[in-house]
Amino acid sequence: MEATAGYREHEHTADWELEVWAPDLRGLFVQSAQGMMALSGARLEQAPQVRRIFELEAPDPESLLVAFLGELLFLAETEGLGFDGFEITLLENRLRAGVSGAPLAWRDKEIKAVTYHNLTIRETSRGLEARIVFDV
Amino acid sequence: MISLQDLKKISDYEWEIPVSFRQDMRVPVRIFATRSLIEAVMDDRSLEQAVNSATLPGLVGHVLVMPDMHQGYGFPIGGVAATRYPEGVISPGGIGYDINCGVRLLASQIEFEAAREHLAALATALDKNCPSGVGTKGHVRVNESELNQVCREGSRWAFKQGFASEADLRRTEEQGVLEGADPGAVSKRARERGREQIGTLGAGNHFLEVDRIDQIYDDKAAQAMGLVEGYLALQIHCGSRGFGHQICTDYVNEFQTAVRRYNIQLPDRELVCAPLDSPEGKNYLAAMRCAANYAFANRQVLAHYARQAFEEALSGKVRNWHLHQVYDIAHNMGKIETHLIGGERVKVCVHRKGATRAFGPGYEGLPEEYKTIGQPVLVPGSMGTASWVLVGTEGSMQRSFGSTCHGAGRVMSRSKAKKSIWGEDLRKELEAGGIQVRAGSLAGLAEEAPQAYKDVDDVVETVSEAGIAKKVARLVPVAVIKG
Repeated sequence: MEATAGYREHEHTADWELEVWAPDLRGLFVQSAQGMMALSGARLEQAPQVRRIFELEAPDPESLLVAFLGELLFLAETEGLGFDGFEITLLENRLRAGVSGAPLAWRDKEIKAVTYHNLTIRETSRGLEARIVFDV
Repeated sequence: MISLQDLKKISDYEWEIPVSFRQDMRVPVRIFATRSLIEAVMDDRSLEQAVNSATLPGLVGHVLVMPDMHQGYGFPIGGVAATRYPEGVISPGGIGYDINCGVRLLASQIEFEAAREHLAALATALDKNCPSGVGTKGHVRVNESELNQVCREGSRWAFKQGFASEADLRRTEEQGVLEGADPGAVSKRARERGREQIGTLGAGNHFLEVDRIDQIYDDKAAQAMGLVEGYLALQIHCGSRGFGHQICTDYVNEFQTAVRRYNIQLPDRELVCAPLDSPEGKNYLAAMRCAANYAFANRQVLAHYARQAFEEALSGKVRNWHLHQVYDIAHNMGKIETHLIGGERVKVCVHRKGATRAFGPGYEGLPEEYKTIGQPVLVPGSMGTASWVLVGTEGSMQRSFGSTCHGAGRVMSRSKAKKSIWGEDLRKELEAGGIQVRAGSLAGLAEEAPQAYKDVDDVVETVSEAGIAKKVARLVPVAVIKG
């Protein structure tokens, strides 16, 4: 039986496509972040926990999702950090995230960007779902 | 879903999706491919993405698709689209996140046989001198003011720092610097990502490759480029790193609201665009040019450290270890150019995403030594297979906005490649075939396996028969360095 929330990689010729689903928007954001970390093959150092807090605003939920994942990519590249804990508060088109993790020990692949390609957050029988294409 | 029946055959190497195929198309789509190359992408969304691209406001001529096409995001990879300047639009997604991803080719007078026993040392020296892989930092760190200089001056900045010769600059597309770059249009975040990555290769499909020149097809052009059968050459494939990725990300985000402001309807949000003469369009163009110049500088610095690696590994062991630049080209770029369209000279913004500029003989901007042969076009194949040196033709000027293919083009998804190919097995297979391999990530190596790509020889045969490029030389790899 399929989990109520999760992510799954789909075939894409050049890039990476991730299907994510969750009962609500907050859960969808968490699954998307976990899926992105898993796709890049990220492993965290055994080190004291690092925490970052940030707020984002965007005109619609899809743009907010792109901005949220983009923020995690930015932190990975500029501070060398990976995250496995996500506390997210959503209020209309605003997001407040407290993310916890550690320095990255390894990543298999570099994700260049999170794209908007065919990105739509849809309501389905299992809650909300979306497909996200990453440029790699 | 598009089927072969929707395509009108123009010739064995050219097909068209008419503008009547979908109501929102503004121009037809012209595909340079054989039937089998088209069939190879029928299961992905390449052609659907080309049709989507044909809806952009201000397009002229056709949207073009090269034979190495494959599914991307927004535009297909291998796509070329020209919009009328200045009232047409510019689309960051039509250029890509890796702005001015491109290829540099350096040639030598080193005979393969003389260097054969030193190739392992050469591969190791290249791997050591040219930082690659995820999250790596370069030998060169720049402060805010120096980064501005890189943005404005591109390869010329590298020349001033002692990383380039005048000949290197002359033999680079646009002499290694696009005019009109404005660092003020670049975000703080992009600057932060860009400061420590000059002179780094990155990961993914980026690589350094030492090649043996396998066969010459055009003596005159090969002589002008200094390519000799049996000698070694070096390819550098990379782009603008996190700096360019962030610039594209910033403007794709910003243009999400710009399209509403300019009332532009699009079938895919990744195609967002803004009029070239709008404040948003002008800012993106100015920022994109910064990233393009950053990429030219990046490949120039890598070339400098690659030359050092050749010296370390081969000095005193071969007669002449020096590398001379053949050319450096971009294959993800937006350029303002003038083309003959319907008998009229029209100023356009040519979006090339996974397509190479291929100007024919006599065209402005070519170095003197290439004026009569046309612009060199560098087409890397998949890892372990051939690469090609071509030149642009009058045909490419007439029919493809002076553009041609950029590589082999993927046919297998990354997930399938990872599942069906073991990186370690692939490394052994390549090494058994006489290719030295230095790879940071075996998973990454597996994703780039030759089986995941089309046959580059078929791609090159197609552009050659279609008349939008001409063969000069075929290269085969003897050492591959990947992040």
